[in-house]
Amino acid sequence: MNETAAAHGAPVLSARDLVAGYGAIAVLSGVALELRAGELLAIVGPNGAGKSTLLRLLAGTMKPWSGVVELGGRALDGYERRALARKIATVAQENSVAFGFTVLEVVLMGRAPHLGPFHLESARDLAIACEALERFDLLSLAERRIQELSGGERKRVFLARALAQEPAIALLDEPTAFLDLRHVAEIFGRMRELSLSRQMAVVATLHDLNVAAVWADRVMLLKEGRAVATGTPEEVLTADNLRAVYETEVYVGRNPATGAIAVLPAPR
Amino acid sequence: MKTASAVDTGAPRPQPRPLPEPPESLAASHLTRTRMVATLGVLTAATVAILIGACAVGSVHISLMRALTDSASPDHAILFVARMPRVLMGAIVGAILAVVGAALQALVRNPLAEGGILGISGGGALGAILALIVTWRWAGSAEIVPLCAFAAALGSTLLVYRLSEVRGELEPFTLLLIGVILNAFWGAAIMLVNSVVNFYYTHSILFWLMGSLASPSWSEIALVGGFGLAGLMVLLAGARDMNLLSLGDDAAAELGVDVGRLRRMVFVATSVMIGAAVSVSGIISFVGLIVPHMLRLALGSDHRLLIPASVLGGAAFLVLSDLVARTVIAPAEIPVGAITALCGGPFFVYMLRREGRKAITL
Repeated sequence: MNETAAAHGAPVLSARDLVAGYGAIAVLSGVALELRAGELLAIVGPNGAGKSTLLRLLAGTMKPWSGVVELGGRALDGYERRALARKIATVAQENSVAFGFTVLEVVLMGRAPHLGPFHLESARDLAIACEALERFDLLSLAERRIQELSGGERKRVFLARALAQEPAIALLDEPTAFLDLRHVAEIFGRMRELSLSRQMAVVATLHDLNVAAVWADRVMLLKEGRAVATGTPEEVLTADNLRAVYETEVYVGRNPATGAIAVLPAPR
Repeated sequence: MKTASAVDTGAPRPQPRPLPEPPESLAASHLTRTRMVATLGVLTAATVAILIGACAVGSVHISLMRALTDSASPDHAILFVARMPRVLMGAIVGAILAVVGAALQALVRNPLAEGGILGISGGGALGAILALIVTWRWAGSAEIVPLCAFAAALGSTLLVYRLSEVRGELEPFTLLLIGVILNAFWGAAIMLVNSVVNFYYTHSILFWLMGSLASPSWSEIALVGGFGLAGLMVLLAGARDMNLLSLGDDAAAELGVDVGRLRRMVFVATSVMIGAAVSVSGIISFVGLIVPHMLRLALGSDHRLLIPASVLGGAAFLVLSDLVARTVIAPAEIPVGAITALCGGPFFVYMLRREGRKAITL
């Protein structure tokens, strides 16, 4: 699947010289990236490398100290919050919902940036929400309260909400953390399919390098706030790169079944 | 799927795609205009019926027919001078308390929030008492009482808000605890004031504090109603954003909500409303807790329905409570605040226990 990189569309989001941090501590120092329509970009790196911070900068919820993020050639600052929400959807690592909202109600909240003041969701909004529910096999759970669902189901609800937003760009922070193999495969399978069929760019931070190797078009490897390497999984996930970044021995080979890069820890 | 994407390289927007027909069953399980109109219609009818009933019933039997047709009859005087203003004021204050409860709960993402519990009513009451003493002792018109109550309520809100902010984030549970502490603090300050003024004032203050809806003037009704209506407009405008806020501050912001602005607007609006209510009726607690909770159980959590429904539910609940307050030991009266607190105390404990069992919602 990795060779699809060349087929991707126009750049939708670009970031230059991003420097950002919390308090006086810089977390990112000089990251640049260009995101193309329909591609799936994985951001990997050790804990504290700045993956989530980069995602927040791309979402516009955090402002960089210097550098700029541009959407369609215009800096994110120049967008109104709601206008931005029509273009960029974010799914956080942790999601909690107060009160007993149903699955359908939460997914319909994804339509909010598209609604006029005092407007209720139209039949079309309901159809879009149902399509998103269907994509993540949630139709049968639509009327359940979100608190009654399992972790994997809840994750899918928030992905469906992001999808109902009909964004040009989806930013996913560890979308498959704590999920079992089947859910990982399902979620990335769906996101992969959607990014291609809707020309939606997907950025996902990931801990699992093998997930990145199987599903990502491009991988950005971060260490201490800098991009060590960016490119196809073959180019980035090399034993040398990973040893330098994670400071541990790794084995990099090929999965004989799929041909994708496979990374394993290889302690001496 | 790969071949399809290779063709439309560079397309900024996806092509219009055929959307699935939503299953029949789902059309009814989210908020539609039909459901909203039907629900609010039924609630309005029920509330109006309760208001009319409460005008007709009391410690003295009157004939509504005679009251309406014969303006010289004592029935007419009882209805228009004693009961109707009281019932109307009860409806307005109840509506304010309930809708403020619903809005504050949305704001702090916690079903245990309420004007009284967050210390806002206590602050407002202290402001009102100080204003009352000033008008009794020195000069001053009664109109400064609601203004002082509102100013003190707003000050109290700001204080709770500031104290609960941790690194720019509002921690809901901290806010609740700070509110409880502040509420106790205002209570102590009120007792202090009470103990230094003379006996006549002490008695009036105490009765007022327990919450009474007795004999409001029409100008008071207009004033509180006006403040209530103005605040309600703000809350209705923010109802959809309140839904999004239940996903958390960050998620709401990512869906286009200006979270800081929403919080400021709702805090000011609710302070105005609570201040107005407290200035005429003293502290009537727990209405803001019970009514939104019951309505959420019955109607779901969507604030676009919950906010207007709380207005109606709160009006009906307080008018009924006041009816009990003025009839059970007639011709004497129980303060209506005692009735709501007697219902509300156990209810609050029940909810705390329930929350303790499933901590996810917090």
